[in-house]
Amino acid sequence: MLTKRIIACLDVHDGRVVKGVQFVDIVDAGDPATQAVRHAHDGADEIVLLDITATHEGRATLLDTVRRTARELFVPFCVGGGIRTADDAAQVFEAGADKVSVNSAALADPTLIDAIGRSFGAQAVVVAIDARRDPDAADPVRDAQVYVQGGRKLAGRRVVEWAREAEARGAGEILLTSMNSDGMRTGFDCELTAAVSEAVGIPVIASGGAGTVDHFVDVFGRGKADAALAASIFHFGLSSARSLKEELAKAGVAVRLPC
Amino acid sequence: MRVTVIDYKAGNLTSVLKALRHLGADAEVTDSDLALVEGAERIVLPGVGHFAATERLDATGLTATIRAAIGRGVPFLGICVGMQWLYAGSGEAPGQPGLGQFAESCTRFSESNEKVPHVGWNSLDVRSGSRLLAGVEPGEFVYFTHSYKAPVTADTAGTTKYIEPFSSAVERGNVMGVQFHPEKSGATGLKILRNFLEVER
Repeated sequence: MLTKRIIACLDVHDGRVVKGVQFVDIVDAGDPATQAVRHAHDGADEIVLLDITATHEGRATLLDTVRRTARELFVPFCVGGGIRTADDAAQVFEAGADKVSVNSAALADPTLIDAIGRSFGAQAVVVAIDARRDPDAADPVRDAQVYVQGGRKLAGRRVVEWAREAEARGAGEILLTSMNSDGMRTGFDCELTAAVSEAVGIPVIASGGAGTVDHFVDVFGRGKADAALAASIFHFGLSSARSLKEELAKAGVAVRLPC
Repeated sequence: MRVTVIDYKAGNLTSVLKALRHLGADAEVTDSDLALVEGAERIVLPGVGHFAATERLDATGLTATIRAAIGRGVPFLGICVGMQWLYAGSGEAPGQPGLGQFAESCTRFSESNEKVPHVGWNSLDVRSGSRLLAGVEPGEFVYFTHSYKAPVTADTAGTTKYIEPFSSAVERGNVMGVQFHPEKSGATGLKILRNFLEVER
């Protein structure tokens, strides 16, 4: 049976893993390579490394960090941040990533998705969407807006529509982050995740808000997520992916165990 | 253990090399050196992406060279698209023939409510007698990412169910293939790659 994936996310800033709350208030959480291997060893089904400041500061993705992190990692490894061209993506793949995640650059030029997909296959292209609900909108889910530049700027696109376009252009997965929930540990945005998951035929990774086991049960059920991503609950020893998955299995969620 | 890895510009080559070298293999890569392939002790054809990319194997003369090596009994492992290439062809690129070691063709997953591509960790049911999957317990998980799949036949070494049962591993003599990515399937995947590296000619 195909299992629901638990993905450990490493937000990286200046070569260190960091964790913020609602995209600000950043604290140090360790070395990326060490953390990635530990998460894989502790049962994470996949590792995502996001260079959260690359786009903002105009830096190229930290290829050395990617290379070092990939060295002993034998689970899928996705890298995002600062990937603007198919050539940037090629360098990241060469450094050992299996997938790249594109965000701001794909919104600026959506043909980037087509270009990477053509060269490396749809399975290698994850389109990351930073989404914020507008509480004043007529329909906060349908009208949820896409943000770029690490959540600093409105993209002028609705979330569900952008996800559909990304799929049509050849994205292999959608990584949907709720900015409202990010780092709050109050649960995923299940309504928005379900809306995106129902709108596309490719896997949707839910992100933002993980705090308890029930939050994961909820996003895999009501939220119709194919995978869920979490950072802070793992970093500070609150739980491991393995213990999380053991709890999920008890709640009837299909997960990779033993792992 | 020397292993020759074929680069046809459609593989996650780095990951495959990393895993083989982690296991102690002396892995060499070529995208066109026919002499190297003629002298290969083992051949790995990785792959992700589109079946049409295998056209490059024909264009470089690698197809004929690999076919001859397989005929001499050189152990061969195709991964993902590299496994599908062992068949007659794939619905993904109808004009592009595969190697034809297995007579069937690969087809897209049937229409259903399930998502395609099939992405993630799914379980493997192993048929007894497989050298490639020796030591893999029923229900061990491996990582998949694909939209096309091979049918279950007498040559199937392992099956997986997603929408319908399909051949997640195939094996006949020295010719082997896996639909999943052993280089990304944790300890189970490394065990399978080690089996391939240790398989006797």
